[in-house]
Amino acid sequence: MSAVMTSEDHHEEHPKGISRWLFTTNHKDIGTLYLVFSLIMFFVGGAMALVIRAELFQPGIQFVDPQFFNSMTTMHALVMIFGVVMPAFTGLANWLIPMMVGGPDMALPRMNNWSFWILPFAFTMLLSTLFMDGGGPAGGWTLYPPLVLQTGAAFPFVIFAIHFMGLSSIMGAINVIATILNMRAPGMTLMKMPLFVWTWLITAYLLIAVMPVLAGSVTMLLTDKFFGTSFFNAAGGGDPVMFQHIFWFFGHPEVYILILPSFGVVSSIIPTFARKPLFGYSSMVYATASIAFLSFIVWAHHMFTVGMPLAGELFFMLATMLIAVPTGVKVFNWVATMWKGSMTFETPMLFSIAFIILFTIGGFSGLMLAITPADFQYHDTYFVVAHFHYVLVPGSIFAIIAAVYFWLPKWTGHMYNETLGKAHFWLSTIFVNLTFFPMHFVGLAGMPRRIPDYNLQFTDYNMMATVGAFGFGLAQIVFVYLVVQTIRGGKKATDQVWEGAEGLEWTLPSPPPYHSFSTAPEIK
Amino acid sequence: MSEPKAHTSANRRLLLQLGVITLAMFGFGYLMVPLYNVFCDITGIRLTDKGSVEQQVANSMQADESRLITVEFISNLNQDLRLEFKPEIHKMQVHPGKAYTVNYFARNTSSKSMIGQAVPNVQPPVASSNFKKTECFCFTNQTFEAGEGRSMPVRFMIDPLLPQRIKTVTLSYTFFDVTDTAMKGATPAQQRSGEQQGS
Repeated sequence: MSAVMTSEDHHEEHPKGISRWLFTTNHKDIGTLYLVFSLIMFFVGGAMALVIRAELFQPGIQFVDPQFFNSMTTMHALVMIFGVVMPAFTGLANWLIPMMVGGPDMALPRMNNWSFWILPFAFTMLLSTLFMDGGGPAGGWTLYPPLVLQTGAAFPFVIFAIHFMGLSSIMGAINVIATILNMRAPGMTLMKMPLFVWTWLITAYLLIAVMPVLAGSVTMLLTDKFFGTSFFNAAGGGDPVMFQHIFWFFGHPEVYILILPSFGVVSSIIPTFARKPLFGYSSMVYATASIAFLSFIVWAHHMFTVGMPLAGELFFMLATMLIAVPTGVKVFNWVATMWKGSMTFETPMLFSIAFIILFTIGGFSGLMLAITPADFQYHDTYFVVAHFHYVLVPGSIFAIIAAVYFWLPKWTGHMYNETLGKAHFWLSTIFVNLTFFPMHFVGLAGMPRRIPDYNLQFTDYNMMATVGAFGFGLAQIVFVYLVVQTIRGGKKATDQVWEGAEGLEWTLPSPPPYHSFSTAPEIK
Repeated sequence: MSEPKAHTSANRRLLLQLGVITLAMFGFGYLMVPLYNVFCDITGIRLTDKGSVEQQVANSMQADESRLITVEFISNLNQDLRLEFKPEIHKMQVHPGKAYTVNYFARNTSSKSMIGQAVPNVQPPVASSNFKKTECFCFTNQTFEAGEGRSMPVRFMIDPLLPQRIKTVTLSYTFFDVTDTAMKGATPAQQRSGEQQGS
């Protein structure tokens, strides 16, 4: 493979212009492609969110018709999950894992190129459905039948787009596993790997376990609609609730796919700026593995209200609450790492601390939702929306942003503008809370999700949320400006970049050479 | 990169193994369809919905002669309907688990034909899931020519699972004039179910 063929003399040689990016098999180039793609999609999905929030600024129908509103909620979710968070983590994995384990490149570089270049096609297909007869998919990203089967011309395009996204992430996951298992430098034992690598290894296994199940379930929808099968059609002996079981068997591990790598990111950043080694490294590894295992046996907590037997509801309630234990281990370990550390508060550290606090709020509301009898009240309300946005926006997204701030000087060789970074942090943190915190209150008061209109008494909190959402969206323009500025120039970054940074990637020059470790490094 | 060859073949092997896992998990998704039923059979867990329907059918086979429930019949008209509408009897005593038939009488007192739809309501609300109608004029639109009058049956049974404290159940019908919507082809309810079948 390319990394293998390249001799020392051709180290920095690569094609220029567009073909560099089209045909690249280099982990850094592909990592960059993933991250840029994710950033573009972040603004596409964000624009959809702002359509939703603009409509919900006041009760009544203002700007969009209900069908389009529903396709916005559906597309916003699909874009943010499959187009933003997952590609961003794969991009980070591409950039960092070979450098962190002391390998020259990813294990399967050609497949790496494939797994990225499928994505733009998948999302072109998905977004094009908005212009088709009958509009985009509007039955929610969870694609529940029979509602989703009413989708118009868009339906097969959505299904195939999901197939492609699944293929892409499965190939990415296989590559990550192969890299971690085969490409480590001699002496880099599993229990010496940075936690980001560990969390990604476990995430990759989750991906190859559940993405095929999603592919299967959407294929069943496709054959139900076009080929006369009756997997979910009651008239043909099927059961629509069966879809929910199969979907959430994918869906729950999926939410850990969206959060585990951010645990790894935060576990790298907190020790650096607390200038102390991570507290409880091995317990972190075991906690991650336990969360991954538990994620397979809690899926039905998404569907407490479908009419399950009491034994089932009790089991899924208790299993769900059990996840709080390993998650608590992680939170306490991060706090213990900071305890009596010589802390400084650079932008990545600020985002990481906000991550710990705000993700924990999302975790607690998750515990509330886990209580079966209470869930009958919360189900399908804005309380659920508040919960999963707290774990995904100030959770996953904040961790990705923290990772970009943390490693951007390493990637580009330039320090970013710290003042702008802090401004971005404070704007994001204030507005993210203004957006999502009021949703808890309207949710508990009974405002249903995915409805373009609402009762008058919810108006104040919805106005706050809309103001917050627009503020948060505008704040991200600061981020784009800062990243572009840093790529184009700035103060030279040292090799170590951060005073307390430890790990193989910080032993390479900033920016690192095109091929990371052509000779394996020494591991102490 | 001390042994590139070894790396490459190890990577190929791993790619193959993980690819097989991927395909197996795709199959497992399909396998879940029968597996859920098998799992529920073995563990004896049944969906409450299915279980209770079977339970209800079994229970309603046996009439409970020891219990007497008073059923009251009420009629209401919506809007300024030119309709005479009343139950033929106002009250009867029934045993749970036994089927009874009562008639409502309606006459169109206007000079135009009309299409009506009766909407039932059972009080107290907790009893409504125990009040089973097997045949009812409220299941379909009712067309009346000008001056036409007729008796319309409702056949019902009270489920023995009706809570013990309930002694009286009231069945009320409200007649709505749906001539306008019905003339367009279907009632809103029919339009909705028609959409679902159509797609």
